[in-house]
Amino acid sequence: MGENLFRIPVGKWVETVLDWITANFNAFFDVVKTVFQDFNDALVWVLTAPPFWAIILVLALLAWLAKSWKLGIGTVIGLLFIYGMNQWQNSMETLALVLVASVIAVVISVPLGILTAKSKIVSTIVKPILDFLQTMPAFVYLIPAILLLGIGAVPGIVATIVFSLAPGTRFTELGIRSVDTEVLEAGQAFGASPGRILRQIQIPLALPTIMAGINQVIMLSLSMVVIAGMVGAGGLGAAVYKALTTLNTPLGVESGLSVVVLAIILDRITASLGQSNVTGRSTS
Amino acid sequence: MNTTEAAQPALRVNNAYKVFGRRGNEAVKLLKAGKSRKDVSSLGTAAVIDASFDVKPGEIFVVMGLSGSGKSTLIRMLNGLWPMTSGSVVIGDTDIAKISAKKLRKVRQQRISMVFQHFALLPHRTVLQNAAYALEIQGVGAAERTQRANKVLDVVGLNGWGDKYPSELSGGMQQRVGLARALAAETDILLMDEAFSALDPLIRRDMQEQLASLQAELGKTIIFITHDLNEAMFLGDRIAVMRDGEIVQIGTPDDILTHPANDYVSAFVRDVDRTRVLTAGTVMEAPRAVVNLSGGARNALRTMRDLQTSAAFVVDRRRVLLGSVRDREVMALLERGGSELEEIITSSNDPITADTALNDLFGRSVESPVPLPVVDDEGRLIGAIARATLLSALGNVPSSTSGMPVITPGMTAGSDEGTAGSLGDAEQGSTDIEGEVR
Repeated sequence: MGENLFRIPVGKWVETVLDWITANFNAFFDVVKTVFQDFNDALVWVLTAPPFWAIILVLALLAWLAKSWKLGIGTVIGLLFIYGMNQWQNSMETLALVLVASVIAVVISVPLGILTAKSKIVSTIVKPILDFLQTMPAFVYLIPAILLLGIGAVPGIVATIVFSLAPGTRFTELGIRSVDTEVLEAGQAFGASPGRILRQIQIPLALPTIMAGINQVIMLSLSMVVIAGMVGAGGLGAAVYKALTTLNTPLGVESGLSVVVLAIILDRITASLGQSNVTGRSTS
Repeated sequence: MNTTEAAQPALRVNNAYKVFGRRGNEAVKLLKAGKSRKDVSSLGTAAVIDASFDVKPGEIFVVMGLSGSGKSTLIRMLNGLWPMTSGSVVIGDTDIAKISAKKLRKVRQQRISMVFQHFALLPHRTVLQNAAYALEIQGVGAAERTQRANKVLDVVGLNGWGDKYPSELSGGMQQRVGLARALAAETDILLMDEAFSALDPLIRRDMQEQLASLQAELGKTIIFITHDLNEAMFLGDRIAVMRDGEIVQIGTPDDILTHPANDYVSAFVRDVDRTRVLTAGTVMEAPRAVVNLSGGARNALRTMRDLQTSAAFVVDRRRVLLGSVRDREVMALLERGGSELEEIITSSNDPITADTALNDLFGRSVESPVPLPVVDDEGRLIGAIARATLLSALGNVPSSTSGMPVITPGMTAGSDEGTAGSLGDAEQGSTDIEGEVR
């Protein structure tokens, strides 16, 4: 076919920008790196220092409190299965990474969602950005992440956060926006301040939807784990990646199954958190 | 209209306009210059056009209109939920269009509270916490607001329900909580936006009576929005009739009935006059003699004997009306040795629903040996109209419809179960005359 008619060097431009950022904001990214790294290391330590059965007990207790004793027993069985497959260390590293990424993503996305629900201007600006973040192939995020933060768990965490921001923001916006107008008016009619309405009416009524968003954030984080493994984030992702590159079937199956078990446990626990708060009161 | 009021009005509205849309101000200018609502439709939707009225302290002022007449917008302008495009609303001596958001919140806390059509309770809070919500916003301490909220719950008849959640209450009870919340605020003015429209007819009437007696007791100034002429006539000291955003007449119920200001009001009043204003739902009483099909003939006979009637309605387990039986036929059936009621049921061919006009009932009432049964959308029995009920309801109409028949639970055939069932069932077949959805 021959040469292109014209060529837009978008990639080069972005590279230039990235180079400039790397050169000028190095100190900032060092701080980010240290903070995330410490956060992650601390969580990994908490999850791996005690004997495995203690962690299993704690997680099972959480599941029981969040939903039912059945989920507690399921959690025990699932985690024992992981331990039996010799993926305990990897799984705890992954769990730490997912938790760090999810917590930070939630801390950013929920307030952002509230802001977008309150302001039409913010909403019109944020919406296309979220579209971009959600549809860009996840691998692409790894490139700037590595450039700015180097190899290891941190670029994995950052890429995961960026990837999972969208559902947290979207669900929060949807939840706040779909609060019954009459209930909102009731708050206003009795003279409540906007802050009080947000705290006492909008957030509580939107909570089931917001929790569904947080659930999605965690699930997306987990799905990013394998990709993060490629840049040296360790954990199950690294195991899957290693299994892939060495065509090691047993390792691939075992680490893959561990991801599935972790996903199911996290999903059930967080999903039930959203339901127990408001709707759970309807019949008693 | 009487123009010689001595007392200062509790609330005064002067030339208030509300036009939705970006170019509202231009639209108002044109409207003031005499253009019609249609002329300015390209600039915005004129929801309220040049509304002016005074509300006297301690009166029930009813704003009545069909859906789209602007009455819901008007009531939201009175407490500033919708800012006016032009004009003023003066509460006491404060023009709420001219004060800051913070001051407006103070006015809402201290002067004017509101009851909503769909109750607007906080689902995650208990009945007591809901009733105390206005006080919480006012900054009243926890102990005092609990005590005051409990007192108000007593007043509306919800003693002992404080620990429940709204979803555990029936519609009527939820609206009592809404009313309690507004009363607890201890404001002089109470706005009620279609407050009883979402309730079924029997409960609605009960609430209307309770509101009237509460008002007599507490002397609140009440501004009540409704689309139901009957409700307006029953509650209103004065009624403002709205059409297409404009107030077409303000007057006492008698004024409106006897001296309609223009063709619209007279058509409205004539069109829904007397027997047409009143529907089956507004006069029906809880059915007394009701037997279950599965109960059999002997049970039916015993029920009729207990209630001293000669006929009874037959329903199935879901309370769907199957027809009626008469004592003579039941006796004959038993003598023949049968016991299945199915053999002798007389079923009515054309069901009467809660919004059938009384007009249509006279002929049938004369022909029917038993009281006329009223059913909901699913055919379940929700009420009955005896000939005497029909006539007494009609007799009361000209005198401003004040003396409507009251349902007292004790009178209903001594079967509490029957009453409770009929109310519960009726709730599902909502009989909104207009069915306005906001």
